[in-house]
Amino acid sequence: MVTYSRTVFDDDAVFKALADPTRRFLLDLLFKRDGRTLTELESELAMTRFGVMKHLRLLERAGVVVTRRAGREKLHFLNPVPIRMIHDRWIDKYTERRVSALLELKTELEAKAWRQSQKPA
Amino acid sequence: MATESKAGIATTQIYEVYIKASPQAIWDAITSPEWTVKYGYQGAVDFELRPGGAYRAHSTDAMRSFGLPDVVVDGAVELADPPRKLVHTYRFLFSDAHKAEGFTRVTWEIEQVSAGFSRLTVIHELEGAPIMAGMVASKFSEEGTGGWAWILSDMKSVLETGRSMST
Repeated sequence: MVTYSRTVFDDDAVFKALADPTRRFLLDLLFKRDGRTLTELESELAMTRFGVMKHLRLLERAGVVVTRRAGREKLHFLNPVPIRMIHDRWIDKYTERRVSALLELKTELEAKAWRQSQKPA
Repeated sequence: MATESKAGIATTQIYEVYIKASPQAIWDAITSPEWTVKYGYQGAVDFELRPGGAYRAHSTDAMRSFGLPDVVVDGAVELADPPRKLVHTYRFLFSDAHKAEGFTRVTWEIEQVSAGFSRLTVIHELEGAPIMAGMVASKFSEEGTGGWAWILSDMKSVLETGRSMST
């Protein structure tokens, strides 16, 4: 059970999938147009078919690419949900703090300006 | 799928999420208004769960305060196989431009992958609906709206923790 949930909700796999320029390029290609075959994706990259397949397999295992069969073709789709979850879990947390720190700074500076304006000349 | 044109496939979007919940719990989260008010856009849905049955998503008080109509999404059920598969058409009624794009098709597939875990897949066929395609694919904005990825992560959050991400 534990091992299963690891393969299912694995942040590491998503980070690893994103930590490579070729794989990010593949995701960008699918973002622009979803539902592409291996042959179509391969034509955009200076890489062997086997190399592209390896990258796609890693993306698929991380859940950021899902495949569907259409007749004899296997089509690749971008699945942004795991990336969204990484965003909610990791990115939001830190950017929110920065935003609130800025807001505090603004409030503080405005209060200071107000206090100064109240001082007798 | 096999008979679909290339253009049709290119305009299809697929979203997949693993949720620690039973297929029945996920089915209820999709089809019952008691659940849909807890996540995503938080509008109550009306599903007549039979082929040809009506589907409606109602606006929230907040949406109505922006001048949106009472029913913001409508469609018709094409297939209801609880708790495994639901297919319905889907049209936005936010504005005349949205309405003019007409109906798209949403397929929900729920599959138990191990005890307690299910995989939910949403397949949205969006041919001829570029405005809706942009909206449902949008990542997120400051207002907290964000298409399917956002709705499904929020549904996961509600089913697993009882709490929405936005509360």
